[in-house]
Amino acid sequence: MSGLLLILLVSLIFVVLYQVSRSSELLVRIKGEEEFDLKRNRLLSYSMLAMLVAMMGGIYACHRYMMPLMGPEAASDHGKTYDFMFVVTLAVTGIVFFITQFLLFWFAFKYQRTGEKIPYNFTHSTKLEMVWTAIPAVTMAVLVAIGLKSWFHMTSAAPKGAMQIEMVGKQFNWISRYPGADGVLGRRNYTLINDNDNLLGLDWNDKKNMDDIIIPNGELRLIKDKPVELIIGSRDVIHDVGLSHFRMKMDAVPGITTRLWFTPTITTKEMIAKTGNPDFVYEVSCDQMCGKGHYSMRAVVIVETQAEHDAWLQSQQSYYQQNHAATNPAAPATTDSVKKITMN
Amino acid sequence: MSNETTIHHETVHTHHEHGHHDHGHHDHAHHEHKQHFFTKYVFSQDHKIISRQFLITGIFWAIVGGLMSVFFRLQLGFPEETFKVLSFFLGDWAPKGKLDPEMYYGLITIHGTVLVFFVLTAGLSGTFSNFLIPLQIGARDMASPFLNMLSYWFFAIAGLVMFCSLFVSTGPASGGWTTYPPLSALKEASMGSGIGMDLWLVSMALFVVSSLLGGLNYIVTILNMRTKGMSMTRMPLTIWAFLFTAVLGVLSFPVLLSAAVLLLFDRHAGTSFYLSEIYVAGKALPNVGGSPILYQHLFWFLGHPEVYIIMLPAMGMASEILSTHSRKPIFGYMAMVLSLIGITVLAFLVWAHHMFVTGMSPFLGGVFVLLTLLIAIPSAVKVFNWLTTIFRGNIRFTVPMLFAIGFVSLFISGGLTGLFLGNSALDIHLHDTYFVIAHFHIVMGISAFFGMFAGVYHWFPKMYGRFMNNTLGYIHFFITFVGSYVIFWPMHYEGVAGMPRRYYDFSSWQSFHQFTELNKMISVAAIIVFFGQLIFVFNYFVSIWKGRKVTTLNPWNANSLEWTTPIHPGHGNWDGPIPEVHRWAYDYKDNGEGGDFVPQHIPLKEGEESH
Repeated sequence: MSGLLLILLVSLIFVVLYQVSRSSELLVRIKGEEEFDLKRNRLLSYSMLAMLVAMMGGIYACHRYMMPLMGPEAASDHGKTYDFMFVVTLAVTGIVFFITQFLLFWFAFKYQRTGEKIPYNFTHSTKLEMVWTAIPAVTMAVLVAIGLKSWFHMTSAAPKGAMQIEMVGKQFNWISRYPGADGVLGRRNYTLINDNDNLLGLDWNDKKNMDDIIIPNGELRLIKDKPVELIIGSRDVIHDVGLSHFRMKMDAVPGITTRLWFTPTITTKEMIAKTGNPDFVYEVSCDQMCGKGHYSMRAVVIVETQAEHDAWLQSQQSYYQQNHAATNPAAPATTDSVKKITMN
Repeated sequence: MSNETTIHHETVHTHHEHGHHDHGHHDHAHHEHKQHFFTKYVFSQDHKIISRQFLITGIFWAIVGGLMSVFFRLQLGFPEETFKVLSFFLGDWAPKGKLDPEMYYGLITIHGTVLVFFVLTAGLSGTFSNFLIPLQIGARDMASPFLNMLSYWFFAIAGLVMFCSLFVSTGPASGGWTTYPPLSALKEASMGSGIGMDLWLVSMALFVVSSLLGGLNYIVTILNMRTKGMSMTRMPLTIWAFLFTAVLGVLSFPVLLSAAVLLLFDRHAGTSFYLSEIYVAGKALPNVGGSPILYQHLFWFLGHPEVYIIMLPAMGMASEILSTHSRKPIFGYMAMVLSLIGITVLAFLVWAHHMFVTGMSPFLGGVFVLLTLLIAIPSAVKVFNWLTTIFRGNIRFTVPMLFAIGFVSLFISGGLTGLFLGNSALDIHLHDTYFVIAHFHIVMGISAFFGMFAGVYHWFPKMYGRFMNNTLGYIHFFITFVGSYVIFWPMHYEGVAGMPRRYYDFSSWQSFHQFTELNKMISVAAIIVFFGQLIFVFNYFVSIWKGRKVTTLNPWNANSLEWTTPIHPGHGNWDGPIPEVHRWAYDYKDNGEGGDFVPQHIPLKEGEESH
């Protein structure tokens, strides 16, 4: 019923519009085109000012509404670099935005048609054009310089002594692997993957794998002020480790190992205190379209102190122990996607 | 090669006895009796008919693509609710009015594909390159009217295949309009990667053929068939824009074809171009050694020039319209041409800025940052030139003029955010968030649409010999202009907060769920703007038959050659000989008789210097 009403309403609006537009055309004929055109032109010229004012007002209102909803400050050192660069770029583009939008609508208003007029002959000006080619060129050079400095820093090799964690994506969850006591991640081979007892295809001939810890929900446990390097992989399609609070992101590509590193600077607990939000949690989002469950591919990051981290590590059993201790048969980790596909 | 010989003589010879008509009562009735409906309107070789075919097909696809965005905006704005309209249109894909995630991804994929390729490439460049190239350079038709006709029909078939893919049982392609493998290569990975994906690839292959046939024709026609006196530097900027659009298409579309062919091989022939070390649906695939990143390089080698294939025609038409309706010469004609050249060259050298977070070599990333930000320079020059064009003008706020002004505004807004995304260190965070959605929708979606609308309102009188309704045009403009900003401006903030694109539902995310109310508002605005576009569609089709008739040859008092043709030009465009050109296309100046313009075909007066 409501659908029918809606359709009726929409058709009614169209009929009204049609009638209004027809009558306005008739009006033109009655009043004479030239006079009507000039009048309408004046009216529309004011709309240019109105749009300028509405745009500025709208931007202000939007900003006022949005700012309280924005995420907290960056929680990593790279993030601070990012925030600085963002502000610089925003300042540059903001200045250009306001000047050009203002000129556009102001010129449109000011130079409205007022009757026949000999056109102002201004077809080119080498000096002017040189100036406004040079200014963007110099500005771009500055932005590129700042950008590349940050980029080469962010993508440089991880500092020595960085903690290493492997993060592997699959449809539709993350799996994280910690190197265990030896501090080294063992070899893995995709042909050994088995959803029952070898989620990542660890090669048990490699002794370095024996102490590796696997967290099947991809939880990342990071230490405040200690650089962490994520070794990123994928089991099936392309995913992306998106760490919005840390301003970092890297694709997870099957067949290729990618890496990113950063230093978290604020623990989860500190962030809860800062934001006053008891539910605050750092999240990993999948930022590369990976299928029907893409939007639910979530993992949690916990930033903690070294002591807390050590305690947590102590409580973990290695993946090998979990699956090869005779008393502990692994629970099948069949996910929704696998079920769905085998059904087809 | 003379123009006369390239056209089918059956349509041209009738013109000679008539001489030049200044008033448009003469129309093409005299050869209507010779042409069957099918050869005149369906399998037509007249560039003017073909351009209208492109436009109307484009409008069809714009409605389909727009309606899809309404459907997924309903989901994004109201994830808790159900809508009967969804199950009405989508059937089992929206059981009880709740959109299925597979179909959500199918909708965003097809929305992107059809708007980028079918609407803003074929519908924009296809329409106006076809319509304006022969008319503005003074040619009777394209270099090859037959290939031109094929170009449209390949496009139509590509569309048909895409349309069919909406109805297959596993749904249309659903890996995003970029269709990155392995997701798009493995039918186990997603339902949309079944037959729907094959149809998508076939459709794209056909579309590439269409685009190449069209593009080659445009280039050859512009280079070889200009009328006497029409030197390259006397051409309207529209023609320059169409030339470079065609060059971009001819050089980059074949690369998309190769990407699609390799993907078809990976899907069906067991090759491993894009596949390596994959475990899916409970088994490890034998493919090793391929690279999914290869596909991304191939795709974006087209994908980025594609952005300019969309933008350049809009830029060219906006230049023409701003100048005409400001009653003032375009400012910095040569700078405009040079910046088009600059954009065209750079367009080929920036593709990997879409791939900063794929793990690419940081050095390579640095090179692409530098080249990407270089594009800001010619773009800025264009904006300054447009502003200076309207400066001290005598502006008539016609509907096309409003859309051209709106185009400049949107191009500025969307272009500036490119400086964030092109700078890799910022792109790491902003990549694949709503910031990207806001950026490209404003700069190449909406602003290109504004260029297109400006073009349709401006050249409608030449296409149909009637005007579109002004009042509806103004309503359409204000709804679209205000609505576009309302939809996309807040998305920048969502992106800065890290909100990822291509999410079906945000409610389980602690970091993104605070935007629920905002998403609602955006959805409502999007739906209003969609219905606002129907005003245009309505206006367009009603005006074809009911619009106010054009009574003078040159209703806008413009300078370019298309306004020297009869009101209803027949196939062959000019009744008499093709006019000779004596001046550039922007001679808006005192004509000595109280007028403010001197058309291109008017000979120079004694002592008058050409521009």
